[in-house]
Amino acid sequence: MALTLDDVLRIAHLARIDIDAAAAREVHAKLDAIFTLINELQAIDTTGIEPMSHAQDVSAPLRDDAITESDHHADYQRGAPAVEDGLYLVPRVIE
Amino acid sequence: MKWEVVIGLETHAQLSTASKIFSGAPTAFGAAPNSQASAVDIALPGVLPVLNKGAVERAIRFGVAVGGTISQRSVFARKNYFYPDLPKGYQISQYEIPIVAGGSVTIAIAETEKRIRLTRAHLEEDAGKSLHEDFHGMTGIDLNRAGTPLLEIVSEPDMRSAAEAVAYAKALHALVRWIGICDGNLQEGSFRCDANVSVRPTGSDDLGTRCEIKNLNSFRFLQHAIEFEARRQIELIEDGGAVVQETRLYDPDRNETRPMRTKEDAHDYRYFPDPDLPPLVIDAAWIERVKSELPELPDVMKARFVTQYGLSMYEAAALTASREVAHYFEDTVRVLGGAPNLAASWIMGALSAALNREEREIGAAPVTPHTLAELLRRIQDNTISGKMAKDVFDAMWAGEGDADLIIERNGLRQISDEGAIERIVDDVLAANAAIIAEVKAGREKAFNSLVGQVMKASKGKANPAQVNAILKRKLG
Amino acid sequence: MIDGTIAELAQALHARRISSEELTSEALARIERAQSRFNAFITIDRDGALAAARAADAALRKGDGGPLTGIPLAHKDVLMTAGLNTTCGSRMLADFVAPYDAFVVEQLRKAGTVLVGKTNMDEFAMGSSSETSWFGPVRNPWDPAYVPGGSSGGSAVAVAARLVPAATGTDTGGSIRQPAALTGICGLKPTYGACSRYGLVAFASSLDHPGPFGRTAEDCALLLRAMAGHDPRDSTSIDRPPEDYAQLLREPRAAKVLEGLRIGLPKEFHGEGVDAEVAAAVEAAIAELQKLGATLKTISLPAVKYSVPVYYVIAPAEASSNLSRFDGVRYGHRANDFKDLLDMYKKTRAEGFGAEVKRRILTGTYVLSHGYYDAYYLKAQQVRRLIADDFRRAYGECDVIVGPTAPSAAFKIGAKTDDPVQMYLNDIFTIAADLTGAPAISIPCGVTRDGLPIGLQIQGNHFDEARILDVAHRYQQATDWHQRVPPIEHASKSS
Repeated sequence: MALTLDDVLRIAHLARIDIDAAAAREVHAKLDAIFTLINELQAIDTTGIEPMSHAQDVSAPLRDDAITESDHHADYQRGAPAVEDGLYLVPRVIE
Repeated sequence: MKWEVVIGLETHAQLSTASKIFSGAPTAFGAAPNSQASAVDIALPGVLPVLNKGAVERAIRFGVAVGGTISQRSVFARKNYFYPDLPKGYQISQYEIPIVAGGSVTIAIAETEKRIRLTRAHLEEDAGKSLHEDFHGMTGIDLNRAGTPLLEIVSEPDMRSAAEAVAYAKALHALVRWIGICDGNLQEGSFRCDANVSVRPTGSDDLGTRCEIKNLNSFRFLQHAIEFEARRQIELIEDGGAVVQETRLYDPDRNETRPMRTKEDAHDYRYFPDPDLPPLVIDAAWIERVKSELPELPDVMKARFVTQYGLSMYEAAALTASREVAHYFEDTVRVLGGAPNLAASWIMGALSAALNREEREIGAAPVTPHTLAELLRRIQDNTISGKMAKDVFDAMWAGEGDADLIIERNGLRQISDEGAIERIVDDVLAANAAIIAEVKAGREKAFNSLVGQVMKASKGKANPAQVNAILKRKLG
Repeated sequence: MIDGTIAELAQALHARRISSEELTSEALARIERAQSRFNAFITIDRDGALAAARAADAALRKGDGGPLTGIPLAHKDVLMTAGLNTTCGSRMLADFVAPYDAFVVEQLRKAGTVLVGKTNMDEFAMGSSSETSWFGPVRNPWDPAYVPGGSSGGSAVAVAARLVPAATGTDTGGSIRQPAALTGICGLKPTYGACSRYGLVAFASSLDHPGPFGRTAEDCALLLRAMAGHDPRDSTSIDRPPEDYAQLLREPRAAKVLEGLRIGLPKEFHGEGVDAEVAAAVEAAIAELQKLGATLKTISLPAVKYSVPVYYVIAPAEASSNLSRFDGVRYGHRANDFKDLLDMYKKTRAEGFGAEVKRRILTGTYVLSHGYYDAYYLKAQQVRRLIADDFRRAYGECDVIVGPTAPSAAFKIGAKTDDPVQMYLNDIFTIAADLTGAPAISIPCGVTRDGLPIGLQIQGNHFDEARILDVAHRYQQATDWHQRVPPIEHASKSS
């Protein structure tokens, strides 16, 4: 399962990280080494092993349905890149 | 070639919790932008989700109501994609193991019932809203809605016409309101449908390539969008083309669907179990409790109305359109101590007309089950005629008081005193020798004219049955 | 005076032989002087610290103080501190002011500690050398040409260089224990869920653990007591009765203080790949523990050799998702020039993240992407289970597992920056405890010929913090490696 340069470009797009051709080649070389390490896993027989997603075997605690939060938007928006009338502004979204 | 349209619906019902699914922020509609977006909802660094028990309870209620299986252990996953109204860059949703599997909803088209199977129903969070009004060429993002609990209800592709799809959507809409998990407000987006539409030659068992239509926030739009989309696909295929699987947006102004421009990426949501949320475990006792607290469901109640009250299927269906209507009916019958047919005809007649006229919900009707029952009792005990009762009802609706007060104040009490009626009849007979002759010659219409004159002379208050009997005796 | 342990300083504060304000002023002076040499801090909060110190002094005067009241301390800059910058060592959050306190920050405030500043770290805690910070690399006080380990390098250096007696860190693959080892101090990674992750800017949620740095095991016990506790805001926080982790430490013992203790020695931890000086120091430490009464048992953890590849699937996968919120919309860096939304996202993230963070996001995106999930992510989670099973079996045969914290002592700055795999292999002994969630501590156990510290790792079963702290403490009672001071001017002069 070798990682190709096209894979690098595809995942960079999925991850929304701008990358030029030269940087992609460099990243590709490094990721290739990382995946050589990761690919050691392919040798292990894991048939029937339940995947482990959490470090503790617990269930989700449930919160009572009660309003505990108040309006802090002015505080939260103090460092926002672009705000107007309480709204976060982003380049136009077209649907 | 004859074509068959195949439709499956994905419905997002906002659950009627006070707070959000993973935060303690309020879910109320219409607040100032971002004033109900907590640190969790705007995804500040370092914050974590904590699941709302009320949302889980509602999902269980739904699962039990549709006869689905409640997963004793379900898993929240992250659905990863970038969009400005999705603050974390992922939506927390259930993917591999949803909270509800299976179940069904019964619809009725004309007199035929059909069972629409459900694939699943899962809990997830709603996204925020993008406001496209012009902010210097920018889009404004309001995250008040972000984190509102949703139950996504996925049907099997069991519907074969726009009418069936609408009937299913309406039945589902009635059900979620009936069991109190969603306010069903379509304008505010509390109940939203996406339709998966494909076509195939009639008789084929294969599914055609489907398109998903979004933005169907009314039953009418749902109907029109499916009709348009089915026609579009059929024409495309008949012209030698092929349907491309894609997400399309319904434009109500043009009554057409068109491909969505955003999310043009190859969908690669990179789902994986959310490490911030351990599995949701629901024990059997919880499911049992929800089951025991579940109100009688519309289908069951409808059948009971037929057997218990002797109503027609049509009446039973109309009176179980919502839980409020059904309660109104049963309360009226209880106060009245019977006469379900009388109550049914008044609720489906005068009351329903008045509600429609003023676009009111039954809960806001000025005539309550109690006051309506008092009015109906006066019909039963011959205090007023049915015709007169309609006027009393209108006066009650206008807030003029209860039935007895209006009857007294306006002197509407029916004259049932035999002697008094006889005196009026005698006066009328004395003045109408010619008509009496006609009656004696066997002319039915002449008799009715005499009845009319007696009623008129009594200002409509004479008991019509008595008037008839006395006239017949006197002319007999 | 500030060179004392927390336990010693608390005595002096309660006896009013010194005030918190004096201690704090000294800490601030040292931090400011040392900043150009070690670059251990990103933010120094002089005014806030002095105000907190005066409040602590007032409490102490009233006799209200606890064991941590008035103790100056530094937080790793991945923990949210209300009103102070919280940068995660990243350009993305270079100007981000935290609007709230992390749970552990809140707990330590309530305990009366004095927050002096935020420590430098590998960007978003991704690294083993503290070289990837937007604010420049952290340097090792034993030799500034060397790395202090990472990612919590700034916190480790702050304690090792005697700038503060205590600091917090976070450990995802070894980020507390490895820098503790490389700087000659103690660093504890508690059981997953013992310390809430609320307010810890997530790197890999199922692996992130906040924990303390101190100069002694006893200090770590005191700090952990304050940091641990159930937090309803973290769904993975464990609800357990509070525990006095220092209690075992105070228990009087017969001559053989570790009598009855069964030490597991995994053959996998003592094989090739371990530097000879490290191996010798660890062997000597084990001999010392044996002398204190412990018995040795060779155990096998066959799946543990896959820890590094498992980790480098799971951690980047979770990171790729956790770091998606940094999109330039609501806070943090936004690119200046962009032509549309997509371009804004891409440029913002390309500029805001450093090379290592981007590599991990890309790795994580790939292992989760369509067609690769089963082969990578699911596989890694299955092997994670195998590793956890190995440890469960092992703890049937032994009470603690002992070995080196890192395969070598500190390396030179720049030595491994071009070879991510070599860098990743630094965590070969520490990662397993993050994958299983069990507690582990690193304590100093020697010094190389070049004068660089060597760390001993003591691991225990879930919630066995008290036991591993006791073993570490008894070892420190019998040895003096934890008292070695790096060659820095202020430390030798004061106290």
